Amino acid sequence: MERIELTAALAQGQELLAEVTRESGVRASKCYQCGKCSAGCPVAFAMDKTPREIMRLLQLGLMDEALQSHTIWLCACCDTCSTRCPREVDIARVMETLRIIAKKKGYVAEKKMDLFHDLFLKSVEKHGRVHEMGLILGFNISGMQPLKDAHFGPSMLLKGKLSPLPHTIKDNGEVKKIFANVRKRGGKV
Amino acid sequence: MKRVGVFICHCGSNIAAAVDCEKVAENAKSFPGVAFSTDYKYMCAEPGQDLIKKAIKEHKLDRIVVASCSPRMHEPTFRRCIESGGLNPYLLEMANIREHCSWVHPDDKERATFKATELVRMAVAKVLKNEPLDKSTIPITKRALVIGGGIAGIQAALDIANAGHIVDVVEKEPSIGGRMAQIDKTFPTLDCSACILTPKMVEVANHPNVNLITYSEIEKVEGYVGNFDVTIRKKARSVDMKACTGCGTCYQKCPSKVPSEFEMEMMDRKAIYTPFPQAIPNKPVIDRENCRYFKTGKCGVCQKVCPTNAVDFTQEDELVTERYGAIVVATGFDLFDESVYGEYGYGKYKDVITGLHFERLINASGPTMGKIKRPSDGKIPKNVVFIKCVGSRDEVKGKAYCSKTCCMYTAKHATLVREKIKDSNVYVFYMDVRTPGKGYDEFYTRTTDQFGAKYIRGRVSKIYEKGDKLIVRGEDTLLGRPVEVEADMVVLATAMVAKSDAAKLAQMIGFSYDQNHFYTEAHPKLAPVETHTAGVYLAGACQGPKDIPDSVAQASAAAVKVCGLLSKEEMPTEPIISAVDEAICAGCGMCVPVCPYKAIDMKVIQERVHGKTISRKVATVNSGLCQGCGACTVACRSAALNLKHFTNEQILAEVDALCL
Amino acid sequence: MKYAYYPGCSLSSTGIEYDMSTKKVAKSLGIELWEIPEWNCCGASSAHLTDHLLALALPARNLAIAEAEGLDVAIPCAACYARCKATEVEVKNSQEMKKTISEVIEREYAGKTQARALLDVFVNDLGLDSISALVNKPLKDIKVASYYGCLLVRPPRLGFDDPEDPQSMDQLIKALGGTPVEWAFKTECCGAAHATTKSDVGFSMIEKILTAAKEAGADCIATACPLCMNNLDMRQSQVEAKFGKNYGLPVFYFTQLIGLALGLNPEELGVNKHFVNALGLVKKLLEAEGRRDTA
Repeated sequence: MERIELTAALAQGQELLAEVTRESGVRASKCYQCGKCSAGCPVAFAMDKTPREIMRLLQLGLMDEALQSHTIWLCACCDTCSTRCPREVDIARVMETLRIIAKKKGYVAEKKMDLFHDLFLKSVEKHGRVHEMGLILGFNISGMQPLKDAHFGPSMLLKGKLSPLPHTIKDNGEVKKIFANVRKRGGKV
Repeated sequence: MKRVGVFICHCGSNIAAAVDCEKVAENAKSFPGVAFSTDYKYMCAEPGQDLIKKAIKEHKLDRIVVASCSPRMHEPTFRRCIESGGLNPYLLEMANIREHCSWVHPDDKERATFKATELVRMAVAKVLKNEPLDKSTIPITKRALVIGGGIAGIQAALDIANAGHIVDVVEKEPSIGGRMAQIDKTFPTLDCSACILTPKMVEVANHPNVNLITYSEIEKVEGYVGNFDVTIRKKARSVDMKACTGCGTCYQKCPSKVPSEFEMEMMDRKAIYTPFPQAIPNKPVIDRENCRYFKTGKCGVCQKVCPTNAVDFTQEDELVTERYGAIVVATGFDLFDESVYGEYGYGKYKDVITGLHFERLINASGPTMGKIKRPSDGKIPKNVVFIKCVGSRDEVKGKAYCSKTCCMYTAKHATLVREKIKDSNVYVFYMDVRTPGKGYDEFYTRTTDQFGAKYIRGRVSKIYEKGDKLIVRGEDTLLGRPVEVEADMVVLATAMVAKSDAAKLAQMIGFSYDQNHFYTEAHPKLAPVETHTAGVYLAGACQGPKDIPDSVAQASAAAVKVCGLLSKEEMPTEPIISAVDEAICAGCGMCVPVCPYKAIDMKVIQERVHGKTISRKVATVNSGLCQGCGACTVACRSAALNLKHFTNEQILAEVDALCL
Repeated sequence: MKYAYYPGCSLSSTGIEYDMSTKKVAKSLGIELWEIPEWNCCGASSAHLTDHLLALALPARNLAIAEAEGLDVAIPCAACYARCKATEVEVKNSQEMKKTISEVIEREYAGKTQARALLDVFVNDLGLDSISALVNKPLKDIKVASYYGCLLVRPPRLGFDDPEDPQSMDQLIKALGGTPVEWAFKTECCGAAHATTKSDVGFSMIEKILTAAKEAGADCIATACPLCMNNLDMRQSQVEAKFGKNYGLPVFYFTQLIGLALGLNPEELGVNKHFVNALGLVKKLLEAEGRRDTA
């Protein structure tokens, strides 16, 4: 196992850590590493690092390791961790912030999960609403699994649960403007 | 011509690092009235004090300004110093250039030096107006009151009584003994709690200098150090203590069952009851809320079966007032209400219990006769989980502080489970193991090494029932892996919290408490058993979470303070109190309700005006009661009231020195 | 009682029966729902995970439209509710955010209009007594596992019920004559979109919930979220195949259960649109009812 040189790591991670603190409103130093977050996390079983370990990486300034983890993508945003944290650390918010920064830096450990959200927002921007069939089709095609979940299609259509054509809202110019205004303010959408 | 001496202290580097002390001393030389000014490294040390005394003689100084730390720290020191130098101690003024200057302005020496100079300028202006004041004395009532009959109260009472003073112990419950009576074994020696407590209970009960006043509460406290007038409500026991022999026939026959508070509601008691078999006094009381006779008017079985006719339904609460010289507050603690932890299912799952429940479960006279059994089905648990810091170190759902005792009692519980149930597995979920007592860490090491308790570093996130098992989920933070235990029983180490009525008592007596409602000691290091109210002392967990050894030590310390006070016939009083200038007092009476110490009354004086004798009302201050807070001087519209040593004239002199 | 109604995207496709049953039941209970005209997507977790401002701005447009009408918004979908509530609270608590949002959406939103979960509206505004008074086909002998999921109760500052052991849906089931089962997975996460994007992880999360409901003795599950519904209902056969289990647990929107208890036509409530056959249970219920009637 590689030895970590703590002083250098802390110096190197300083700037990104400050960004996480600013964007999430959470000081990593508040965490006292009790692990209640990880103990209650419903996705911890699939993670490469427990949520507590992510907080620890932040405390030591090991930002790249945190940003490259699968954990931040596997987080289901269920807020169980933040709800139970005895130190009022909003861990879910930290995960969200780390994902946004990871994407900016091009560290996306779970490409498919990221792709899903991109397609989702594209659909929203285009139509004002999500077109579920288009989203799933697009996702599966981009993910090179065009037939995944395809067997649900016919019965969905029969049950009236999928519409083959997207519904575009009349005032969609407004939604497009929201996206544009967010971008103008530096939003990475 | 008044001659002021100014002495600037460096306090090592505490002041000198931020303030140019030499320059301040130099600046002070030009202030009006200053005859001498100098600086020194440690003014409070013996050479520093000698320097002051020598200067008084050599320079014929009649007033002194010391610029150093807060007067709360060293005003008494320097008062004594100038007194032995031949001056009245109240001709001293202190300028606080440490807390008010160097510590808050560490980075700007020039401006800090300027501020220190100004603070000294103000002190010089005031000291020129100071008057010599003399202490008077008040008599001391040689009787002590101990509030609370747990181990701390018992120890304090015994120590005071053994020194030859009379002491009354007021206990709210029907018996003395407190929390320690509920505990089975004590760490780190595992000796039986009852075996070491009950002899002390008997000793205190039989001591000729001790009066036990059980089933009673403090109703009102008036007066001041040396002379507290305390009203005690003796709740109606409904049993004549003189007639009752403690035979127990009444509670054997009583038909009303009530969950026993002492047994943590895992067993019933009767409506007429003693809380536990070794209770002192071992005479029952009737719990009127649950008594059939008091609820319906029918029953009276206890009265019929009592062989000495001691049951008396007509008894009423009795109020008695007694005067005491000193008070020891030893009211103990409550347990944190863990039901706020929905994720642990306390209250929903019967086999999730607290440490105090566990104490009763392993106690030979407890609900299971000392066999560890699950409350739900009476089965012997194989896998027992302990969770530490439930309510402690949790600023969201509980308290930010560490409850101090849980690490050790959990280690004790873990040891006892492994000892009593041979094929058991014990898991202790912890965040830190804190064992800084004598023999404590060795005990903890034995718990893991010899008794094989598995310590898992991590806080539990959730407990849920699956069949007859409790699934406990945590993270082993040393492994970095989520873990799960299928437990038969879970014991929560719940936080120690202040008594629910702690604030009420503190307000009644008149001393301070912290945000958690623990009582505040006068100084965290140097006055740990005193309160800010003279004559009131603290012992045990009412001041903060504490184990038995610490409580006993603090109780003995409080007793020494009480004995010191009661050993004197009278004591000097602080002369910094309010005084009325009767000539200008308009007699409006505004000051009377403002005084928090009830020290001001109105009196009628006669005087001659234009050859006629008239009588009019003026305010008068009781020097024994006045604490010198100054509230009345603000309320007085004619400025007839002045606080000695802080008169309007003196304070305005300071303001003028700064502003003009 | 009148509310603005924000159905959200799922309720016009995969969750269509939630929309159908909501409208039917609201009408029967005397709640008027004014559907926000040309409402837009709330952004769901995708916006939330991408950009904080976008995540607040998308729901704000819908809230602004309702605010102009002076109506609070009733929201069936738990995810939409959470996003809208987060926006409302953030705008309410920060003048600066209020200004920013209004600039981004180019409409005024002052945080006056409240986002309300439909379950909250039914249980706490209308009240259980008013609902039970109208029950004519009580869900007798039906054991229901109330599944709240994450977003109705977490984070606690946005939720309207206890985050560890919520009771509103259980109380509602009781008011409908059914039996809520005690179980510990009421608020465990179903994995949301994980079932689509990372199926092995998502399926495993769904499996735990279905297993817990089954072990608790439930005949069916009640939910208030179309994504939870998808995961528990549509994915149930996949999870059964993957883990070699056989649940056969119908999943209902709580609105469908209200509708059934009010005696509404199951097909009008969309009960026939589920993947796990729910009509069987409904039939059993109606037969038992018939037997009681003839007896």
